[in-house]
Amino acid sequence: MDKYVCTLCGYVYDPAAGDPDNGVAPGTKFEDVPDDWTCPICGAGKEDFAKED
Amino acid sequence: MPVTEIKKDIYWVGVVDWNIHDFHGYSKSPQGTTYNAYLVIDDKITLFDSVPAKFQMDLYHQIRSIIPLEKIDYIVCNHIEPDHSGAMPFLMEKIQPEKVFCSKIGHRMLLDHYHQPDWPYHPVQTGDSISLGKRTVQFIETRMLHWPDSMFSYIPEEKLLISNDAFGQNIASSERFDDEIDLAMLMAEASHYYFNIVLPFSPRVIAVLDDVAKLGLEIDMIAPDHGIIWRSNVPLILQAYRDYAEQKPNKKAVIVFDTMWHSTEKMAKAIAEGLMEEGVAVRIMYLKQYHHSDVMGALADATGIICGSPTHNNGIMPLMADFLTYMKGLKPLGRVGAAFASFGWSGESLNILTEWLKSAKIEVVEPGVKCKNVPDHAKLAECKELGRQVGKAIVAKVEAEA
Repeated sequence: MDKYVCTLCGYVYDPAAGDPDNGVAPGTKFEDVPDDWTCPICGAGKEDFAKED
Repeated sequence: MPVTEIKKDIYWVGVVDWNIHDFHGYSKSPQGTTYNAYLVIDDKITLFDSVPAKFQMDLYHQIRSIIPLEKIDYIVCNHIEPDHSGAMPFLMEKIQPEKVFCSKIGHRMLLDHYHQPDWPYHPVQTGDSISLGKRTVQFIETRMLHWPDSMFSYIPEEKLLISNDAFGQNIASSERFDDEIDLAMLMAEASHYYFNIVLPFSPRVIAVLDDVAKLGLEIDMIAPDHGIIWRSNVPLILQAYRDYAEQKPNKKAVIVFDTMWHSTEKMAKAIAEGLMEEGVAVRIMYLKQYHHSDVMGALADATGIICGSPTHNNGIMPLMADFLTYMKGLKPLGRVGAAFASFGWSGESLNILTEWLKSAKIEVVEPGVKCKNVPDHAKLAECKELGRQVGKAIVAKVEAEA
């Protein structure tokens, strides 16, 4: 599963870890993260994330 | 420095740092700076932001000239960076306020900085407001403008936006307001600040400006945490921030270089001629004379960035590596670039520069120019031609936008 990087603050979304503090269970692919989910560090939307090289 | 009543019963109680030239360890601030804090006298007396720890006694005297410190009820921390919260441990002990307001991330950061779990934190988010008595404070989170914790405090009854680092400038002065000092100098410093600190977060700036417009905030004064307070040019600075963030193309280029025996310098001048022939304004900056933050300041309204370095020990010159690292981190958008390089035997620097520019998402005009030892007329003509090619690419960008 691909990791995604927030292009604003550098936070990395790791699907293995998810973002359980904000209702995203470990093992959730980035594509399956809800559209209204925002970066837990800076509040950027999903559209501001890019696949990690 | 006397306190200044900026609105009825609202005081600037900040500190002027006249002689600081090194701002936060990465940018120059040749005109010094200020750390602005604001005191609102209402039923709940509230202090907005503070100053670095080393200036805590100056802040103490500023506040003490209006009221005893222990009369303060609330402290608002719009931003936790130590130049705005460094005096907090001292203030908390002296004031023992009823409440400390900060963003949720600010709460975490205050804990991480000062390790005081018992302070009376009240984390807030966009949409939250508190009453001070006659006045209300509305909080607006401005994450990554320019730290994750950053927020604005807006007082609607006063049409006053306390904007923390946004709209700030590094200017030490006895004047407090935008109509008291030279406007061109003020705008130049506002731009220098933006392009060295806020630039990477430009998409957030546009989002925050849109939020402010959407919320319909009436603003007749913007009080930032550094420099001059805006009261006569509020629309001007709001529009300037939108322009800075959008980074529209301009017929201007910066040629930045380092050199050992001046071959690379000669190439810089020839490239400049080519750019000028295409109608592009040029600034040539030698990294031993200009700090990386000055180059970024010059790049504010320049679309071209052309980098030159001789090969040194199979690499590039150290100051060029410094500049490229700094510039890439600031993520400028929509730039056109090129590389040029002299060398004695191995000649790696042209490729290294070209790859750096590409990695910073700069559109590179290739190939650049490489010169063994000292350029002759033919080599300088090649440099001039590179300048013309970059100039053409810049002009095409400007015309595409128009």
